[in-house]
Amino acid sequence: MRNIWTIAKREYKIYFNSPLAYIVMLIILGVIGIIFAYNLINLTSNPFGSPEPPDISIVTGPMAFMFVFSVPALTMRLLADEQRMGTMELLLTAPVRDWELVTGKWLGSFLFVLTIIAVTLIFPLILHNLTTPGIDQQLMLSSYLGIILVAAAFLAIGVSISAMFSNQFAAFFLSMGVLVILWFLIGIPAQLFFSGGDFFRYIDMNSRFYDSLNRGVINLSDIVYFLSVTALGLFIGALAIDIRRWR
Amino acid sequence: MIRVSELTKDYGMRRAIDSLTFQAEQGEILGFLGPNGAGKTTTMRILTGYMPPTEGEATVAGYDVVSESLEVRRRVGYLPETVPLYNDMTVFDYLKFMADLRHLPDAEERVDETLEWVGLEDRAEGYIGNLSKGMRQRVGLAQALLHRPEVLILDEPTIGLDPGQVVEVRNVIREIGKERTVLLSTHILSEAQQLCDRVLIINKGRIVAEDTPANLQASLVGVERNLLRVRGEAEDLEEKLRAMKGVSKVQRKEDGLFEFHYAPGQDIRPEVAKMVVNAGYDLLELRPIGMSLEEIFLQLTREEETVPEM
Repeated sequence: MRNIWTIAKREYKIYFNSPLAYIVMLIILGVIGIIFAYNLINLTSNPFGSPEPPDISIVTGPMAFMFVFSVPALTMRLLADEQRMGTMELLLTAPVRDWELVTGKWLGSFLFVLTIIAVTLIFPLILHNLTTPGIDQQLMLSSYLGIILVAAAFLAIGVSISAMFSNQFAAFFLSMGVLVILWFLIGIPAQLFFSGGDFFRYIDMNSRFYDSLNRGVINLSDIVYFLSVTALGLFIGALAIDIRRWR
Repeated sequence: MIRVSELTKDYGMRRAIDSLTFQAEQGEILGFLGPNGAGKTTTMRILTGYMPPTEGEATVAGYDVVSESLEVRRRVGYLPETVPLYNDMTVFDYLKFMADLRHLPDAEERVDETLEWVGLEDRAEGYIGNLSKGMRQRVGLAQALLHRPEVLILDEPTIGLDPGQVVEVRNVIREIGKERTVLLSTHILSEAQQLCDRVLIINKGRIVAEDTPANLQASLVGVERNLLRVRGEAEDLEEKLRAMKGVSKVQRKEDGLFEFHYAPGQDIRPEVAKMVVNAGYDLLELRPIGMSLEEIFLQLTREEETVPEM
């Protein structure tokens, strides 16, 4: 546990020295800010009486979408760059287990994304003050739990792919490809096949977020699903490092 | 402290090391000598737990490098050949990070102590990316020494350093080697000669010779070589030397400079000195030159090439 924390702390600090991380943070916060402002203007300038006030899913929904493209940028470096710089040799000859290394890297990126998510809490706060009787707290809790679970799973996938490459751009594009498939494309066969679509329905990440958590429905099965994907990603990452050793 | 038996490593079809067997004891500095690509780095990477061997066994400080890799890594300090470091960290932060990974108590004090040891205390707050090659090498060495390991494995520790730094690093290694086991690789033969208690010459993945530097010289050369310098041209001295009992070979290298050989054990240098003075010459220099490790090394690796492959 101590090693995981040591590695995570270092990674977390590195994000704040990295222009790329700031750009990712700015884009996410900027886009959400614009969407949020647009909704607020609609709400206050609507001439036809009082419209339905926007709920907090207008923040978490686009955020999940943007994670598909920004998480690979945050994770591509994590292990691929250690491999390229040769510092992997230091880490793999230090008394650190492979899974501790992978988990530490993941935790560092997770803490950074949590920081971004924490900044977005300003939006529900504004919304809460503008609407009466305030925002739906159950929905708020569920949406944010959802976005945190999505981030955890995405980052684990990104870390595992970063462990397979020494070229961070290869890691970036493959991670993005996998996330695009899991987020957008898996849903297509799930809808096409009425029988036999169960498997696709089961692994369809998108609907587990948009159709349930982001609508205020907290299902244990969804939580277990996202945590399983996270664990599987970390396991594959550790495996990739072990395979590198044996080559 | 280091026991290696029948160690073999294949990279795909290529055999990097082939049935290496050797040992190193506590308080010993073992030199690993060989041309580039001989298998030095591969062997070190196996001993530090970076990669497993294809066949054979190795134990370091009593622990198996494969099944008890973590125990081995706790007890080994390793300086990789390329000295990989995080350029975006300060020297202190980097060493603190490595100390934390090793769970060292009082990590910060330990880092300060180690920095002082390698002479980097005034660069602690500087970024690693701004350091010279020599400084980087010392940071790498500090990292390897942080936990005061029982076994120190150094891959080309003095490569790329200026002569002053080489002397400093060698002194540090010598100091450590008094109590701990040091395995260092080099292709600078004089370094092996100066530093190591024992030298292991490795070529194409095999050990071709193993002994103390002095014994290697004696056993391979078979004769004592000496250099004689007198004032003047001294053309007739070549004949006179050749006529002496015990002298096996005489070669006039330039005016007044001769190389002569005699069998080990029968030191005829006093007679030579007398002869030169009696012949009316001024004796300027008379010294043994021995065969350099370079020559031994070349001879061994050349022999290896003439042996037909099995």
